[in-house]
Amino acid sequence: MPAHNLKHALFCAVVTLIIAFPILGFNLVASGTDIVLEGAKTQTMISVVLAAIVVFLFQLFRDHIMALLGKAPALNPLANREPMEQSKRLKLESTFLTLIIIGALIWPFFVSRGSVDLATLVLIYIMLALGLNVVVGLAGLLDLGYVAFYAVGAYTFALLSQYLGLSFWMALPIGALLAALFGLVLGFPVLRLRGDYLAIVTLGFGEIIRILLNNMTNLTGGPNGIGGIPDPTLFGMEFGRRVKEEGNTSFHETFGIAYSSEHKIIFLYLIALVLAVITALVIRRLMRMPVGRAWEALREDEIAARSLGLSRTGVKLSAFTIGAFFAGFAGTVFASKQGFISPESFVFLESAIILAIVVLGGMGSQIGVILAAIAVTVLPELAREFSEYRMLIFGAAMVLMMVWRPQGLMPMRRIHIELKSQE
Amino acid sequence: MSMLVLEDVHTHYGKIEALHGVSVEVNKGEIVSLIGANGAGKTTLLMTVCGSPQASSGRVILEGRDITRDPTSSIMRSGIAIVPEGRRVFSGLTVEENLHMGGFFNTKAEIRKSQEHVYELFPRLKEREHQRAGTMSGGEQQMLAIGRALMSKPSMIILDEPSLGLAPLVIKQIFEIIGQLREEGITVFLVEQNAHQALNLADRGYVLETGRIRLQDTGKNLLANPDVQNAYLGG
Repeated sequence: MPAHNLKHALFCAVVTLIIAFPILGFNLVASGTDIVLEGAKTQTMISVVLAAIVVFLFQLFRDHIMALLGKAPALNPLANREPMEQSKRLKLESTFLTLIIIGALIWPFFVSRGSVDLATLVLIYIMLALGLNVVVGLAGLLDLGYVAFYAVGAYTFALLSQYLGLSFWMALPIGALLAALFGLVLGFPVLRLRGDYLAIVTLGFGEIIRILLNNMTNLTGGPNGIGGIPDPTLFGMEFGRRVKEEGNTSFHETFGIAYSSEHKIIFLYLIALVLAVITALVIRRLMRMPVGRAWEALREDEIAARSLGLSRTGVKLSAFTIGAFFAGFAGTVFASKQGFISPESFVFLESAIILAIVVLGGMGSQIGVILAAIAVTVLPELAREFSEYRMLIFGAAMVLMMVWRPQGLMPMRRIHIELKSQE
Repeated sequence: MSMLVLEDVHTHYGKIEALHGVSVEVNKGEIVSLIGANGAGKTTLLMTVCGSPQASSGRVILEGRDITRDPTSSIMRSGIAIVPEGRRVFSGLTVEENLHMGGFFNTKAEIRKSQEHVYELFPRLKEREHQRAGTMSGGEQQMLAIGRALMSKPSMIILDEPSLGLAPLVIKQIFEIIGQLREEGITVFLVEQNAHQALNLADRGYVLETGRIRLQDTGKNLLANPDVQNAYLGG
């Protein structure tokens, strides 16, 4: 009998009871105009006690169970596989990616409107996470205020369309460039800082932007937000039932098909898809260029990188600016998708979620980050039937993930750059 | 003809003065050793040459050009290379990638040439070409750090405590390589606590004590100096 675990196991069981009982053991029930506190059903009570017993037993025999689990990888057929050769792996990766992109292009025409809408959101998060991946994963700069650049992109489009009547396509580059400019301007003073200090300052910057948007009521509408943001057009064709702007035609009339509100959703999805693919490709390219290697060198060892003549501020600023640029991209698409934005959309939780995506996916790994973005956005939706417990499940999944696979879903595999000998 | 000259250099960390007017001269093609106890300011002196922190007064002159106020990045690109204390190789990168980082500002052809040269100097690195630097032994990492510094084809190389934490046999090997660098016409500025070997190898030496140059002479004379023997060579 593992007696030394007994005390610990008892403690864990009691903690389980203490946590579970108030949450599950009571119900607030509306009776007439009052709200009454009622005890839960006996069934729930029994489950709580059972759960405590399970925790107790698990903790008591933890050593045995963990030893058994330790043997589990032997059952995994992939565990002892030799790593694939680089050229082969790259080829496989690119075929795989091409297939996924083709699939993603056809897919929206066969599924429900809700799924396409959710997929658009996933793509926006993919763009954001890929951008933050440059800053956190590659350059190793902990940025907790990334959402600020997302907000800059979104508000740029909203304001430009409201005051100057600019279209989505005009606002897209402007939004991205303005976000990049914000990244550059913020970068200058703060990039001397390292680690925790940088994190705090970026956190502050994120809040400043949000609070500014909230309080500049005469420009941004404050907490009321900005509505009526136009949808993107396809070569001057609008997707609404009626044409809103003079000179434009409507999509369904031009092609002589029946009007369907799904067209607009699918079109937005496709725009987000194309932009996400562009984001991924551009960043992939940058990773292999000298600037990408400089980011990594600086992350690995700042003193060594500086001793080789790399300029610390230059390298960090480039990462910060490029990350912000893609956040601006994502922000513009987001504004167009929602049609309405307010400072509420750009709270700190968003920064935290994007950061969680990067960490869960595996710092620096693009495919990992994409998978994590899908998981983090789709899982809470799938878990809707668990209603009030879904955030609890989400949180638990994240904790488990970090305990068992701290390197992320797909840790970054570096691409080795070799010089071909010219003999 | 002097390669590097420090003229009455004062360096501060905040309000604390770490170097109180240091003057050092390194001639072309020489090996010059700087020895001193812990906290004497050896590393500070090197960092001042690299411009981080910059000297608060005095001048640092590299090949006749005043670099006192230049930013670190431009100093490190002007023909000077440093092997930092504690090796500081990029542990996640392979040996080859580490070397390529050393030639970051050179063309591919130049990189290829210097890489071959480094492999000639350190055949051990060639064997470990595709291994991650972090998985190598201390001695191999030190070789890599020196090799990486050589990749930029410097006319002068600064080594900060290259013998730190290495086995005696490996130290001997490293010092042989340093001697070989002189044959190739590279000026070497060597900072060491391992005074005996450093002075033995050096053409000239300086003794730094609490931020001041206490003695300067040829390597042989310093080795024979009773004060130096008492303080740094264990009597």
